[in-house]
Amino acid sequence: MIRLPYYPGCAVQTTARNYAISGIAVAEKLGVELVELPKWNCCGVFPSLATDDLMRHLAPIRNLIHVQEMNDSGVVQNENRVVTFCSMCFHTLKEASLFVKDEEKLGKINTFFEREKEFVGGVKQGYKGGIKALDFLEVLRDIIGYEKIAKEVKKPLKGLKVAPYYGCLVIRPREIGIDDPENPTILENILEALGAEIINNPNRTQCCGSYHTIDRKDIVAKLTYDNLIYPIRNGAEVVVTCCPLCTFNLDFRQKEARELHRDLKEIPVMYYTQLMAIAFELDKQFYGVDLELHHVDPRPLLKAKNLY
Amino acid sequence: MDLAEKVKSISGEDVLSCYQCGLCSGSCPVRYAMDLSPTQVIRLVQIGEVEKIFESNTFWICSTCFTCQARCPRKINITKIMEALRQIRLRRDQDKIALSKIPKEELKIFPPIALVSNFRKTTS
Ligand code: SF4
Ligand code: SF4
Repeated sequence: MIRLPYYPGCAVQTTARNYAISGIAVAEKLGVELVELPKWNCCGVFPSLATDDLMRHLAPIRNLIHVQEMNDSGVVQNENRVVTFCSMCFHTLKEASLFVKDEEKLGKINTFFEREKEFVGGVKQGYKGGIKALDFLEVLRDIIGYEKIAKEVKKPLKGLKVAPYYGCLVIRPREIGIDDPENPTILENILEALGAEIINNPNRTQCCGSYHTIDRKDIVAKLTYDNLIYPIRNGAEVVVTCCPLCTFNLDFRQKEARELHRDLKEIPVMYYTQLMAIAFELDKQFYGVDLELHHVDPRPLLKAKNLY
Repeated sequence: MDLAEKVKSISGEDVLSCYQCGLCSGSCPVRYAMDLSPTQVIRLVQIGEVEKIFESNTFWICSTCFTCQARCPRKINITKIMEALRQIRLRRDQDKIALSKIPKEELKIFPPIALVSNFRKTTS
């Protein structure tokens, strides 16, 4: 068993519980124990892109300090990696870790933590640098490997037509992304290892509309239509995602997208970890499909394919 | 500091290296909803007419997708320029959205990351 520090973030504890429940179980099956940070806070979700904005880096840096503390208290040994499922958490933690490579900025942030010890809730040390944020997809590709994934498959997803969708923050910008920003393959490789049939999705790296889902639903509805209609026309039965916000927009905004274009058929949206749990034939509770978190219920499709 | 200088200093980007090829605008998934294209925005920063950008909705419509950043042949981080424009507005005026305006039924279903990221971009 490899033990890796794990940062959950708020999404996988609420609307995306199905992501973490399936992901943690899948990791364990593959010999990776995800050890939750004893203390963590919201990552801040989007890093500030302003060069002069140090304040918005405090939240992610504080999480990186908690990884240091895990090492100090012996929960993990010499482990400078921290794993997330959520693309937004991953992006923010990694961006912050790169931002403070500038020593002057790090110095200021650490001075703040030192001065405001009480206020920032028990941060006992400054950030020393060197903690690496990993997306769980990287753990699968680089630490576990596709071959080992294929070996764990008990029930191949034969004949299940899946279209991968990456969104933005796990592949862009280049310095942060885990794969080629124009032509990523990591989801395809995992789905292939599970025995699924990969359907070409030309919009798999296009934005889902992100936070506009709050105040510009119309934009998200248009993008949802664009992002789903091509895979559907190419024969996809399910769209596979890795980000809780993409998932929300692609799944829940189908309603608004259909108001724009009536030809949009319903299509379920699932996390790759859910399909892994199914292919590994784990206990059904780890599929995360019974939690009423899906807008388009994937169960009828899974049943029709003898996968549930 | 004049506004164009401010955009440059907050974004850390050298807008003068843009040669107006239009690739950023052609790649932008939300260009259709923008008054000015990203290319036009960069041009206006180059010639110091930032006030004109503030009459547009472009930097609010940008969804921080980094597609333009990934593709710009001059390696300009346009996404950061959009952020700088938002920041100048937010630091000067009021917040762009109010929590009280969001319908209650919707608030119940939103993932927390949708709310927090929106507030990151639309409130100061
Ligand atoms: S892609 Fe780059 S060089 Fe081309 S117009 Fe946009 S900012 Fe200018
Ligand atoms: S980052 Fe903004 S301006 Fe650039 S392509 Fe995406 S939405 Fe358009």
